Parts: sequence; structure tokens; C-alpha cells
Amino acid sequence: MKASEVGYAKPASLPEVFALLEKNEDARLLAGGQSLIAGLNMRLSNPTLLIDINGIAGLNTITESGGTIRIGALTRHLDLGASPLIAAKLPLIAKAVPHIAHMAIRNRGTIGGSLALSDPATELPACCLALNATMTAASSKGERKIPVKTFFKGLFETDLKQNEVLTAIEIPLPAAGSLSGFSELVRRHGDYAIVGLAAQGVRKGSSWSQLNLSYFGVGDHPVLAANASEALLADKSMADAQAVLASDLSPSEDAENSAATKLHFARVLLGRVVASMS
Amino acid sequence: MNRQATNLERNITLTVNGERVTRSVAARMHLVDFLRETLGLTGSHLGCEHGVCGACTIRVDGLTVRGCLMLAVQADGATVETIEGLTDSSKAADLQEEFLNRNALQCGYCTPGMLMTAVELLDRNAKPTREEIRDAISGNYCRCTGYHAIVDAIETVAKSRSSKKGTAS
Repeated sequence: MKASEVGYAKPASLPEVFALLEKNEDARLLAGGQSLIAGLNMRLSNPTLLIDINGIAGLNTITESGGTIRIGALTRHLDLGASPLIAAKLPLIAKAVPHIAHMAIRNRGTIGGSLALSDPATELPACCLALNATMTAASSKGERKIPVKTFFKGLFETDLKQNEVLTAIEIPLPAAGSLSGFSELVRRHGDYAIVGLAAQGVRKGSSWSQLNLSYFGVGDHPVLAANASEALLADKSMADAQAVLASDLSPSEDAENSAATKLHFARVLLGRVVASMS
Repeated sequence: MNRQATNLERNITLTVNGERVTRSVAARMHLVDFLRETLGLTGSHLGCEHGVCGACTIRVDGLTVRGCLMLAVQADGATVETIEGLTDSSKAADLQEEFLNRNALQCGYCTPGMLMTAVELLDRNAKPTREEIRDAISGNYCRCTGYHAIVDAIETVAKSRSSKKGTAS
């Protein structure tokens, strides 16, 4: 299908974006556009104005300072996956990027767009939850920091206000010796995940001293499996951790998979991903 | 108020297959409709129009994109390459020949997008494994061939390009 009539503006600075957002209540920000334009073509959304933020300088850099990696919101998946800094310091993200859709989509899609859209079956929101990221939202009133734990509010819903722009994602450097693991189950490569798991943790000898298990595809937004993680931190067996996952996750069925199947997949992934973390 | 003043339409200037073009386009028009309908370059195909099938894959500033997931107004100032340009430049001549030899196309609807993806893959990875080829073309649907012949064709070209390079050095 074709998009319905829509206005387009390409401001060169954030203050211009803020002014446009304030004047146009149903405007949408256009970053990579890989979900937004699909939605426009299918007429799932029908804004009066698209505000293209690709002309704003400085939103696509990846930098490290004071124990934090700062990823500009316009950083494309391609650049995230190719960044030596990300590969060295945040390997969880480097492991996740190849799972995002397909090459032509990774060439355009952005991390900020992925987070602001908050599709429940996508990789980067789950990675940001596992890595305890902080979002920077900017508006005409200044900047606001949003911890990831309060950022995701519901299905395709975040804490971002209509007049705010997500400008950067800040991720604290994982502790030295920290381990990461990522896997997802899909019917075909590049599809949205049925269930996925992004994990980050610290192991001393055979015991975990810290473990974030961030699941996606099992709820309205990524969720931390706190009980399963606690079981592993308490040196319980993998089977015990897999059993308590039922108290962490309440997946709903989709067209192909029942809730019970999804929970089973989540258990399978727990075993695979934790075993891969070494 | 005219359409330009209300932001519904805008003048864009871009380079398409080496030629500079300026047109006024509706903001809602995606890039493949612009190429096909406005410029008459019908080599880029439209399948699903929501980024799934890959038939509309083109190159913008040297990278493959889904032409249906980029608006024409976003291509202002960009360099766009379609299958017509790729064919004229002979950059994909060996791939095109091998697709033909291997019967890697039947109806041909996916072929322009498939070739765009294959060109990008071989630019980035001169010696892909069959697994890597399958991974790269996973975003390009073909409903005729069953993919094996396409993987064979890309693999054959990768090998023959590498061996030619080996001989030259």
C-alpha cells in the first residue's frame, strides 16, 4: 500500500525539532524509518508531519568517557555492529546486531529508533535492559535522563514525551571479566524473534556474582527474569533456574506459538545462553 | 496555500545512476515509486511495500536499502544506484551471467534486489561461506528457485573473482 498524505520537514538543529514538535502534536520523528515507513505504507499510522532528524549533526557518534559508553541515537545498526569500541567494551551489543533484520535494513535502522519504537520482539531494547542503560531525552526544557528500568512502559510505549527527542543511550562499562551471551529463536533468519535472551553477568569460578537475564518477545517490552537469575546466583542447578522462569515470564500466545511453547523456548534459551557465557 | 508551502511536496536533487536529476515530489512517495513512476526506471521492483521481501533493494550512497522504506524526499542530495545503473557499469556482469548459467532466476521478480544484495555481500566479504551467502540473502525472497541456484551462483562468482585476484598478484 501507499502512505497517505503527510508533511515533511528536515530541520538542521534540535531547537528546530523541538519547535516543530510543539507546533504539531501528531508529528512523528523520522530516524532510520525502517518501522515507521513500513507503518505509513500500511496506513497503521497517519501523522500530519514527519520530522526527519537525519540532518542533525552529532547524533551518531559512539564515545567512551568516565566509565560510560555513549551511543548517539542516530547510530545505525551497521555502524554499531562495525564499531571496535562496541566489540571490545559491549560485546553483548556486537553479538545482537547480526540478528537485527537484514543487511539492507541494518544499513538504515538506528538504535534510537529501535528504543523509541519499543517493539517487544526486537534485540536492542533487551540489550539496553541487560546492560542497565540510561536514555537521554532532550526537549526545549533541557535534558532528562531516564533509567532503562523505567523507560519501557507498555506495548510500543516508552517514557518519552511527545515533545522529547531521544538523543543518546549511555551504558556503564561492564565490570572487568564480565560475560555476555545472546540468542534468539526465529522461524527464518532476520524475522522478529519468537523469544530472545540478552544476558550479561559476572562469574567467579563456577559461581555467578551478578547476572542480568533480559528476555524479549515474551511480554509488552523486555523483562528481567529476576527469579531465574537469583536461582543461578544462589548456585542452584540450571534445571531449577529453568523451572522458576515460569514465575518471571508470562508470555502470551501468538499466531504460531502457545504461551506454554514460548515458556519452553525461554527455558531452552536460558540453558543455551548461560552455557555460551565463558 | 500551495503544497510546497505546507511541506506536502518538496524539490529534491539527487544523482541517479550517474545522472543528476531535480524533481518536485510528494513527501509521501517512497523512493522506488519515484524511480519507477517519475523516472521510468522500472528495474527496481515492488513486492510487499513494507520491507520484508527485498524486491525493491537499491543502493543509496553506496549501501543497499529497502527502496520502499525510504522516502524520495530523504534521498535529496544522495547518490542512488538501481539495477539499470549497475548493469551499465558492468559491476555485476559476472553475477548476472552466472545467475543466467545456473538458472538462478525463473520469473525474475526478485533478481534485481538479489543482485544488489549479492554485490554488497561480495564487496564486504570476498570469500563468503554458503552459510554467509544464505544469511546475506535472507532478506530477499524468491518464490521460484528454492535459493540453491542463487547460492551456487554467488559462490561461483566469489570463487572466480578471488582466483582472478590471486592470479593478478
